[in-house]
Amino acid sequence: MNTLIFRTLAPLIVGTMLVFSIYVCLRGHNEPGGGFIGGLIAAASMAVFGMASGVAEVRRALRVDPMAIAGSGVVLAGASGLASLFIEAPFMTSIWLYLDLGDTVLPVSTPMFFDIGVYLVVFGTLSSVALALEEESEGDA
Amino acid sequence: MALPSLDASIALVALFPFLAAALAPLLHRLTGPFSGWILALVPAAIFAFLLSLLPRIAAGETLRLAIGWVPAYGLELSFFVDGLSLVFALTISGIGAMIVLYSGAYLAGHPHLGRFFGFILAFMGAMLGLVLADNMVALFTFWELTSITSFLLIGFDHQRMAARRAATQALVITNIGGMALLVGAIVLQQAGGSWELSVLRAGGGLQEHGLYGLILALFVLAAFTKSAQFPLHFWLPNAMEAPTPVSAFLHSATMVQAGVYLLARMTPILGDTLVWMALLVSFGGFTLIWGSIGALRQTDLKQMLAQTTLASLGLLVLLIGLGSPVAITAVMVYFVAHALYKAALFMAVGAVDHEAGTREITALGGLADKMPVTFIAAALAVLSMLGLPLTVGFFAKEEMYLGLLSGDWVSVSTLVVLVAGNAMLGGIGLLVMIKPFLGETVPTPKTAHEAPIAMLAGPLLLGAAGIVAGLLPDWLGHDILAPGATAILGDAVVPHLSLAINLASPLLWLSALTWVLSILVFRLAVPMRTVLRRAEHAIGWTADSVFDAVMFGLIRLSGAVTRALHHGQLEFYLILVFSAFALALFGPMLVLGGFDWLQPKAELGDWTTLISMPDLRLYEWGIVVLAVIGLVAVLVAPSRLGAILALGVQGAAVALIFLLFGAPDLAFTQLMVEVLSVAVLTLVMTKLRLDIRDHRPFEDWGRDGLIAILCGAGVSLMLMLVLNGTLDTRLSDLFTATSVPIAHGANIVNVILVDYRGFDTLGEISVVMGAGIAILALLRRRKGVRP
Repeated sequence: MNTLIFRTLAPLIVGTMLVFSIYVCLRGHNEPGGGFIGGLIAAASMAVFGMASGVAEVRRALRVDPMAIAGSGVVLAGASGLASLFIEAPFMTSIWLYLDLGDTVLPVSTPMFFDIGVYLVVFGTLSSVALALEEESEGDA
Repeated sequence: MALPSLDASIALVALFPFLAAALAPLLHRLTGPFSGWILALVPAAIFAFLLSLLPRIAAGETLRLAIGWVPAYGLELSFFVDGLSLVFALTISGIGAMIVLYSGAYLAGHPHLGRFFGFILAFMGAMLGLVLADNMVALFTFWELTSITSFLLIGFDHQRMAARRAATQALVITNIGGMALLVGAIVLQQAGGSWELSVLRAGGGLQEHGLYGLILALFVLAAFTKSAQFPLHFWLPNAMEAPTPVSAFLHSATMVQAGVYLLARMTPILGDTLVWMALLVSFGGFTLIWGSIGALRQTDLKQMLAQTTLASLGLLVLLIGLGSPVAITAVMVYFVAHALYKAALFMAVGAVDHEAGTREITALGGLADKMPVTFIAAALAVLSMLGLPLTVGFFAKEEMYLGLLSGDWVSVSTLVVLVAGNAMLGGIGLLVMIKPFLGETVPTPKTAHEAPIAMLAGPLLLGAAGIVAGLLPDWLGHDILAPGATAILGDAVVPHLSLAINLASPLLWLSALTWVLSILVFRLAVPMRTVLRRAEHAIGWTADSVFDAVMFGLIRLSGAVTRALHHGQLEFYLILVFSAFALALFGPMLVLGGFDWLQPKAELGDWTTLISMPDLRLYEWGIVVLAVIGLVAVLVAPSRLGAILALGVQGAAVALIFLLFGAPDLAFTQLMVEVLSVAVLTLVMTKLRLDIRDHRPFEDWGRDGLIAILCGAGVSLMLMLVLNGTLDTRLSDLFTATSVPIAHGANIVNVILVDYRGFDTLGEISVVMGAGIAILALLRRRKGVRP
């Protein structure tokens, strides 16, 4: 699969997929999308990246272990639930803030952070599995 | 009752040490050798605060604080301060301050000293929480926290096998008790109607309740595991693998006293019955004798002290079992006396070990010249341990004998056990005081010199406290014993300690007898040790080896079960999983009459006229055909890779169908799952180095096909059945109606995932990550095995 065409195109594909995955994740509350599907797209992009440039390159680009990304996702999701304790509401009561940015209003909410947590977990877990598998098949080659 | 500011500070007493524990490693890094002095301020401040409460508690007041915890279940995080909890908390924090200070010097230069401070402060917080908690769930939580933190402390030298084993053993044994406590608390709540111990106490005991036996058994089991009563005692001597400051803390005033505290706390609710008395007195008495004989067997100073701790715990349990006002007063005074002298002795022994390089009693002698302050501290502690007049130990002994002068056979035999136990304890005390310090100088591995001041302050202060308290019987009686004993019994107890020595009193003569016997034990220690060691060899097994056998058996059993269930053949796993799936689909349909629903009704007449082609557009038909082609291709594909790709085609077609029929979210996810599964399956297949073709024998082909058809048909029938019935739309109506107004999201699927059922999702993502870690572990393992 290590063809020149694929290797040249891969960064483009990967970049597009990553940006798209974030877009899909963030729009999820009102349109089709969400953290889970966004994470899947991002993980798929990592798999593509790994096929094109080798796992070592992906790991270098990621800087941190993908499983650590997944772990931070669980922590983020859990922490977003804890935020409600500060307004003396039960665990995971959602809090919404509407930030006025002049031209537009940006809604920021705990479910959004929760969804980002889901994104990170799915992204981290699946890419670490995919990378580990690719690593193995590289070892065979 | 009390002012709000005061209330909050009671909660802080239990929670502040945890905060300090979190900061301890950082603080240690910043302040280096002074960290022990600084961190000792935390328990010292708590001690000072608790001391300021003493006059009010002694005046008969009690303080209670409740914070909403899980309001939905009526649970409160509540704390309660009365005489009993205050005396325990004072002892814990007071000795804790000395221990933290001592640890700083004892472990000076240890690479993990900061971590150690964190553990020991967290442990102290758990212990304070345990004695101050009023809510039984909180009590259980703190109880388990003491188990976990003590596990970390005992296993602090985690590179040594013995330390790891001792830590695990302590955790296993005390957790059995923890589970018993949890179940006991739940049953007690059901029987007594409250989680709050103070409410339960006020409501009178449960001695007449039908569940009394069960509750008693569970609470006694919990207390006996924690307080190391025979035959669950063996973890305590093994826990001596911990660094000495840990032993000094755990086995004087904390950890092991939690069981004693629990029994004392439960006395008004469960006590004063024949079973209670029989259980506690017999097990306590036996442990007393067992521990004191065990101490005689040892030559390691720390082990000797550990065994005497067993004996003292037995003694306390026995006294609680007796339950008379005098016995309960004795519990309080003995608890204080024991905590002071035992902590001081452990620290003194640690100082000897630290400076002389050994703690074998046979290899030590004449250290008093080189370590005079340590000697004085040890001697002060032993005077109290012996119970000489003018020490707090004297009152302890007087009180415990006082209740047993009635002359019936139970009193007399208990008295004999007590005198014998005290005599042996006294003998051990003399050994610890005299043998290493006096007599001829014996060369030691290190050239002994006096310990640093941080290591002397604790033993000296605590040893002296045992004497000072003994000189102030009125204060001790009025401020410490009476409130404590009153809290245990529920009735007012009048203190009657006095310095006056009455020569006509039988108590004095019993004490004198104890001292004489102590000296006898001291003189005969060496031959007794030889005899006991021989006896131990003759028996050949101990409770410790039984524990090992049980643990080994458990591992073997779980290994056997795992091998039976996980035989490692993928084929069988799949057959099992899918057969079970088919069964789960068809079973309920058969049993609940689902097929009757699916049958066309008789009045339909010519049903063929009712079947019509669904009204689909051309491209929709195209997609359906694509799915079918994909499916057929899976079956006829010549190579595995082709089949995987065909499966992907079929899945993508299904995703398109979802998209066309108004489930874009589902379609999206389905598509991504298909892409990823094709990629992963391809990778796995190249990895497994299977044949390119999938040729299986005909009978396998038939079997797999049958299972596949059953599963497919089952799912289809189930879907038809679901569509046939009336759909309960209450939930989806609610979601549709409220999604935008209260959850601010138009995509209901997403809103359900991240908001309405967010807690489920949190669990699911944790499972996803856990599964990912397991997969990585499996892959790495394979890599390791490969040459």
